[in-house]
Amino acid sequence: MDLRGRAAICGVGEVGPFREASDRTAVELMLEAGRLAMVDAGLEPAEVDGLLVAPLLVGAPVTLPSMLAEYLGLSPTYADIVDLGGATAAGMVWRAAAAVAAGAARAVLCLTGEAVDPESFYTRGVRWPGLPLPEFERPYGPMGANSGYAMIAMRHGYEYGTTDRQRAKVAVDQRQNACANPRALFYGRPITVDDVLESPVIVDPLHLLEIVMPCSGAIAFVVARPEVAREGLHPPVYLLGFGEKVTHSMPSHAPNLTTSAVAYTARRAFEMAGVEPQDIDLVSVYDCYTITVIVTLEDAGFCPKGRGGPFVEEHDLTYRGDFPVNTHGGQLSYGQPGLAGGASHVLEAVYQLRGEAGERQVRDCQLAFVQGNGGIMSEQVSLILGVEP
Amino acid sequence: MSEREVQERPLPRPTRISAPFWRGAAEGKLLLQRCRRCGLFIYYPRPFCPRCLAEELEWHEASGRGRVYTYTVVRRAATPAFAAMVPYVLAIVELEEGPRLVTNIVGCRPEEVRVEMPVRATFERLSDEVGLVLFRPDGMETDSADPEGQQ
Repeated sequence: MDLRGRAAICGVGEVGPFREASDRTAVELMLEAGRLAMVDAGLEPAEVDGLLVAPLLVGAPVTLPSMLAEYLGLSPTYADIVDLGGATAAGMVWRAAAAVAAGAARAVLCLTGEAVDPESFYTRGVRWPGLPLPEFERPYGPMGANSGYAMIAMRHGYEYGTTDRQRAKVAVDQRQNACANPRALFYGRPITVDDVLESPVIVDPLHLLEIVMPCSGAIAFVVARPEVAREGLHPPVYLLGFGEKVTHSMPSHAPNLTTSAVAYTARRAFEMAGVEPQDIDLVSVYDCYTITVIVTLEDAGFCPKGRGGPFVEEHDLTYRGDFPVNTHGGQLSYGQPGLAGGASHVLEAVYQLRGEAGERQVRDCQLAFVQGNGGIMSEQVSLILGVEP
Repeated sequence: MSEREVQERPLPRPTRISAPFWRGAAEGKLLLQRCRRCGLFIYYPRPFCPRCLAEELEWHEASGRGRVYTYTVVRRAATPAFAAMVPYVLAIVELEEGPRLVTNIVGCRPEEVRVEMPVRATFERLSDEVGLVLFRPDGMETDSADPEGQQ
């Protein structure tokens, strides 16, 4: 289905991020983000007839959409859960747009959020009888996603010579961006390449400062028919193209660990939008680790395959630079509030395209490329967003 | 590694489908399924072929030889059960027959592991029904039957 210009993001809500959840629950955070997004869109609950909900990472009940719809005062004609890991938020945008284009709803509220207890993040015992991951991977001691991305970085270094310094540059430039975003958890704390390289190696070759920090928070957005969006309080941000692909769950089963499905999803999104990588003003791509950004930039076609390391060294990735990437700081510096981490890339694209990014505003920002990424580069969703339909 | 620590480790829980694989590993054999219709080697065990959907699969003893596709050295334990093991090598090994699997490289120091290094399967028997499939550098004979020989 060609969804170019068929729907627009017309409201966003951001809660947190917070280093500590304190006494806030994930549900409370998501509902507050949802309220803010509807207010930002200028819509009342009776005018919102679609709901997409991200699963909670810990102890999620069934029928979460109806529970949250009831709480928010919604009676949706379209309700579902989207379960694509870090690609969930980007996956919600095109699903909501498809629902709108199909006439299933006029305005779809999308909710993501998490309240993380860092102590239990890795130690919670998850048992999924009959599913392969706990049976065939966990006995060997993987360190959550950390070891998966470390193995990507190791192989990328072997195949293409990508260095520790090149990966570190991603973290450093994004931290500069975070220093222009008061909401970022690492606001006001610039770092250097040497800081990254001197931080402890957690899983070879990844250093502490190349690894995302789990935190709490929530992000919501409203995707609506263009005529609804145009009556809103802000300039609409149109969906111009998308692509999605799921290739594996465990990293052992990736077709290729150094070339991801972004190569497919980005090409499809660019084709639908009728634009090229060089037309993009803002790159807002999933960055659970530094290596994720390098592989994504290559596979999306912003540089030749294998040249991501030299590319990030040669370009200024800050909001004032020649190739702005993750101007909110990325999750590496903003924090990763569960699946709202992936939503932060959508949110920043909306702020930039509306011209509301304040100190970190990219000049004349018309087109943004957003990548959602789940698992160990397992689920991929590309989006092209723009100010014109 | 003590028996107690082994017990604390998240152990495989064999299912109706996977039980022959884990029992094979307990007996020192790396078993793969092979599709009788299309010839695909399959890991992990499944009730049907993920390429042609045939249910006619047979168990095949793999050579146990492979190469390190990629690896990492885990320096902080993922869970307390692995605290006594750090630093340890988590790897993806590509078997001669084609499939890749997540495993540990043992029998050498972590610094000696390299991408594309040849490795050979070794087994850690946990019970009559379950063994873990580990790998050690191929051609490097050690006189110890203990797969954690470096410790």
